[in-house]
Amino acid sequence: MANEAEETVRKLSAHKGVVGVVVVNGEGIPIKTTLDNHVSVQYAGLLGSLVDKAKSVVRDLDPTNDLTFLRIRSKKSEVMVAPDKEFILIVVQNPVE
Amino acid sequence: MEIAYAYTKRRCDFGRQPLFCEQGPEMCDTISTNVAEHKQYILRNPVHQPTQNTPCFSEHYVNTIRAEYTTTGANHAEGGWPKDVNVVDPEATQRYRRKIEKDDNYIHCVMSLAPGMDHYVMQNNAIDMYRTYYAEMPTLPAVERNSCRTVNVYRDANGQRPIGSISWQPDGGQRFAVTYCDVDFNRNPRSSVVSYIWDIENANNPEVIFTPTCPLLDLQFNPRDRNMLAGGLMNGQVGVWDRRHDGDASIKCAPHVAHRELVRNVLFINSKSGQEFFSSGPDGACKWWDIRNMSEPTEEMIIDVVKSSFDVQSMANSNGVSTLEYEPTIPTRFMVGTENGFVIGGNRKGKTPMEKLPAKFEAHLGPVWSLERNPNFLKNFLTVGDWTARVWSEDCRESAVVWSPPHRHKITAATWSPTRLSLMLVTQWNGLLATWDLLRRQHEPVLTMQVCEEPLLRVRMHEGGTLAACGSRKGNIYMTELSQNMAQSDKNDKVLLTAIFEREAKRERILEARMREIRLKLRQAEEGSPVASVTDFDPSAGDRDLAEATTDYMQAVKKELAAM
Repeated sequence: MANEAEETVRKLSAHKGVVGVVVVNGEGIPIKTTLDNHVSVQYAGLLGSLVDKAKSVVRDLDPTNDLTFLRIRSKKSEVMVAPDKEFILIVVQNPVE
Repeated sequence: MEIAYAYTKRRCDFGRQPLFCEQGPEMCDTISTNVAEHKQYILRNPVHQPTQNTPCFSEHYVNTIRAEYTTTGANHAEGGWPKDVNVVDPEATQRYRRKIEKDDNYIHCVMSLAPGMDHYVMQNNAIDMYRTYYAEMPTLPAVERNSCRTVNVYRDANGQRPIGSISWQPDGGQRFAVTYCDVDFNRNPRSSVVSYIWDIENANNPEVIFTPTCPLLDLQFNPRDRNMLAGGLMNGQVGVWDRRHDGDASIKCAPHVAHRELVRNVLFINSKSGQEFFSSGPDGACKWWDIRNMSEPTEEMIIDVVKSSFDVQSMANSNGVSTLEYEPTIPTRFMVGTENGFVIGGNRKGKTPMEKLPAKFEAHLGPVWSLERNPNFLKNFLTVGDWTARVWSEDCRESAVVWSPPHRHKITAATWSPTRLSLMLVTQWNGLLATWDLLRRQHEPVLTMQVCEEPLLRVRMHEGGTLAACGSRKGNIYMTELSQNMAQSDKNDKVLLTAIFEREAKRERILEARMREIRLKLRQAEEGSPVASVTDFDPSAGDRDLAEATTDYMQAVKKELAAM
């Protein structure tokens, strides 16, 4: 089962344009990452609070609603964040031009 | 020893005032002093007795809910490692990581999040969805080329008098009759009162000159007889003119049966003899005349819509009429547009006043200047007034079916094209002639042309469908010619236009039904009691439309989903 998770993360990072994949737990520790440590930690720390804020925005506007996905598009890359109850999955991808 | 005295009192004696009686003291008990006890006691002298003369207070503690604060340190360079893991030691952190990776929760979470993420990654790879595509491409020009040009101008030799009315000769004739009306505030004519018949070919001189006694406001050709015209005068009389005779009217109605105000409109009706017409004006009465006997009208109707069958129509309450409408194929019905913005449908065959004026539409905020049925869709008619042009359907009483946005300038007249079903010509106060084609665009005209600088007052189209005569305030008639594609209808046009009108009428009916429901609910709420609707109005029409619309929509959605 652990292999499956490994496999999945590996396949995800093998897609075209994907720079890195980070799985962060509730405390902000990057559990599995394909980037180097300090970058992962940066992503983990910054995106953790952003995901919390986004979740609270969605819930405040409509309590029956919930955040499913968060996409941040910047000039040079796109960060896609999939939140879960305890972990968040972060994928950084470069746009295909 | 008990010192108590019990006495009984009867219940009926309760509450009575006590009646005292004198009685000497009665000794109940006596306790004699015990002299031996005296030795146990001494006299206390002095006696200290503290007193304090202060008010008595009570004590009570109150405090707000305290917020608990703790001060902890946080290492922002690394995440929230648990206390037992040494952050600097890579092995320890690795071990911790491995431990979490083996956790069931982690695996489940990664497996559930990955497919969605996959989808988005591949989506990003497939297309750059944050860009606006085709923005740099220019808008394609319309394939259809519409054009409109002025071919001729017929100027008034007798000064610049505003146009009163224009009427084409029937059966595609080459002539048209024009009335001019230049009066000041007191209805005194400021210049000559002649009216002309122009021949299209000759723009220099009118063919026939009529000289009525007072200004003519409306002159209409008889559809059955090319040489006969009926006209309405400013003093309330109506008359008949003959094209072959210049000068004054051949026959005029008697002054005592004429209208009480000026006659703004006359129209010929469909009759066996072909010599009957009706007239109306701001006095609020419609009179039918037979040319053979002009000493009195054949029929009169007061345009006063009554609410119940007990009310009597009266001239005092009537609405002044600003325009008339008659369709030869519906012989007994007609429509009037009033000066206060209503369109009232009339039925000559009605027996009671309620039957005679069955329909009333609230059309505009000001007088209705033009009212015309679509030659092919008799149930739909257009009205212009205030700053909008509206198209109505006879079965939607509450509102128009299609309407234009309010314009910057007043709209003075409009007419349907006799040949192209969906075309309307609309004239504006700024001299603009706009052609609206309901099959092409509904939010703006298909073609606009600045005919002249002064306001355009009237427009009438020739039966052929290409020529339109527009009359302006300076007395000029501009003959404009539309391009061929605007004068013809395609095969499908009738079907498409029917679909458009049907759809809009359905929408209006659904809205009407909903408004009725809401009003009924409000009324019931006001009355306070849940009264079962006594007036069982028929909501089925609106609900049927709504049900139809919902089933259509669901079918279309199912089809789309199946095709995907």
